[in-house]
Amino acid sequence: MEIKKNIKLYMKYASVCTQSVMQYKVSFLLMIIGRFLLAFCELIAIKFLFYGFTQIKGYTYGDILLCFSVIQMSFTFAELFGNGFKVFSGMVRSGEFDRMMLRPCSLILQVMGSRFEVGRTGPLLTAFFTLVLGIRHSQVTWNLMTVWTIAAMTIGGTLLFMGLFVLEASFCFFSIEDTSLINVLTYGAKTHGKYPIDIYGKGILRFCTYVIPYTLIQYYPLQFLLGKTRSWYLALCPFGIVVFLLFCYLIWRFGVKNYKSCGS
Amino acid sequence: MRKYYSFFKLRFATGMQYRMASVTALTTQLVWGLMECLAYKAIAEASDGSLPMNYASIVTYIWLKEALFALFNTWAADNDLFAMITNGDIAYELCRPVSIYSMWFSRTIGARIAEAVMRCIPVLLCAFLMPKPYRMTLPVSGMSFLLFLLTLFLALGITVTFCMIVYMLCFFTISPQGWRMVLTGAVDFLSGNIIPLPFFPKKYLFLLELSPFAYMQNVPFRIYSGDLAGAEIYPCIAKQIFWLAALLLLGIAIWKQAEKRVVVQGG
Repeated sequence: MEIKKNIKLYMKYASVCTQSVMQYKVSFLLMIIGRFLLAFCELIAIKFLFYGFTQIKGYTYGDILLCFSVIQMSFTFAELFGNGFKVFSGMVRSGEFDRMMLRPCSLILQVMGSRFEVGRTGPLLTAFFTLVLGIRHSQVTWNLMTVWTIAAMTIGGTLLFMGLFVLEASFCFFSIEDTSLINVLTYGAKTHGKYPIDIYGKGILRFCTYVIPYTLIQYYPLQFLLGKTRSWYLALCPFGIVVFLLFCYLIWRFGVKNYKSCGS
Repeated sequence: MRKYYSFFKLRFATGMQYRMASVTALTTQLVWGLMECLAYKAIAEASDGSLPMNYASIVTYIWLKEALFALFNTWAADNDLFAMITNGDIAYELCRPVSIYSMWFSRTIGARIAEAVMRCIPVLLCAFLMPKPYRMTLPVSGMSFLLFLLTLFLALGITVTFCMIVYMLCFFTISPQGWRMVLTGAVDFLSGNIIPLPFFPKKYLFLLELSPFAYMQNVPFRIYSGDLAGAEIYPCIAKQIFWLAALLLLGIAIWKQAEKRVVVQGG
C-alpha cells in the first residue's frame, strides 16, 4: 500500500516537473539537442582515435563502444532520477529542505521528485545509437546471459551514480564548504569510464575496486560479456552495488538525523 | 580606457576570492590530466608509433589544457551576464556611460585571466613533478616559448570574442541556456578540448582550419609542445589575427542590432 502510494506520488512529481519544463518548448528542445551533441562529440572522438589502430589492450572498437554506451546510459538515468541530490546544496541553502522535513512523506521521495528533469535525457539518444553501433562492431554472442549482463551493468551503474549523488548531498550536512570535490568521482567516472578500467593500469583498477566499486559494474562484468573469461559469476557483480547503496543510505540517514537548519 | 581597466581589475579581484574552490579545481584537473595521460599511454602502445603526435607532446598538450582550462573553457561563461539579460538588470548596465560590449569584454577577460593565474600555478607545478613519462616538458626553445605566449593571448582573444557573440545572441532569445549548450558543446569538440586536433582525419581537419575554432587553444599548445614548429607557425598567427578582428567586428555588429531592440525583462 505504502509503496503504491509513493510511486503514485513520484509520478505526480515527475509529471508536474515535466509540465513546467514544457512551458518553454524551444529551450527544452535545445537543451536536449545540446546534451545529445556533447555526448555525441565524445563518440566521434573515440571514432577518430581508433583510426590509428584496431585494438587497445585487447579491446576492439566495438568493445569500447559497448562500454561507452553502458556508462552513458547509467549516468543519464542516474541524473534523470537523482538530479534532486545533485542540486541538494541549493535546497538546503534556500530552506526548501526544511519545508520538506515538515511534510508527512519520505524525504528521499521529495528530494528525488522535486527535481525530475526530462531535459537530461539527451545523452540517451547517443547512448542507444552507440549501443547499436557497438553490437554491430563487437564479436559478442548475444544470448540470455549476455543480454542480462549488459542490462545489469546499466542498472548497477545507475544505482552506483545515484549512490554517489546521495553521498555528495550528504556532505552538505557536515560542511558548508564547497562539496564539488565529489564531482571528480561522478563526472570523472562518466568521462573516463568509457574505456575499460584496466586500460589505466593496475593502480587505478585497484582504486576503482576497493574505494569506489566502479569495477563491479564495468570491468568485471565486461570481461564476461566480451567472452574474455568463462566465469559466469562475474555477470552477477552488479548486485554488489546494493551494498554500496546501503552504505550511502546510512550516511544520508546519519546526516538527516544530525541536520541543523542554517536558518534562512 | 581607464574605466575599462577598472572593470578588468574588479573582476580580477572578485575572481581571487574563491580560494577553496581552487583546491577542488586542482584535484579535478590533476585527476583529469592523469587519467588522460594514462589513456593515451595505452593508445600509444596499441598503435606502436603511428600516432599523429608523439607521446611527450600529447602529455604536454594535456597538462597545458588542464592548467589553462579557465582561459579557453567556453562552458564556464559569465553567469552574471546571462542572468542580467534574463532578469532585467541589463537596464542598469544600459544606464552606464560606457559601451556594453567593451565593458563585458574587459570583465570576461579579467575573470578568465584571474582564474587561470590562480589555477595554473599549482597544476603546472604538479605536472612538472610527475613521474617520467607523464611529466610535462619545458618548451623546445626560448623562441617557441615567446611565440607560445603571443599565440596564447591571441587565442584568448578569439575565445572571448566568440563568447561575446554568444552573449549578444542571448538578447534575441528569452531562454539562453539552450543556445549556449549547443554552441559551447560544439566549440569544446572543435577547438581540440576533447582530443587534440591532429587526431582528426585529414579531410575534416582541412574544413576545421577554415573556421576560427582551430585557432583557439590548438595553436599555442602545439607550439609549446613542439608539435607545431618552423615556418608553419607564421600563417597560423596571421589567421589568428584575422579571426580575432573578424569575430570582434561581428560581435559589435550584433550588439548594435541588439541595442536597438533590447526588451527589458521582469522587474
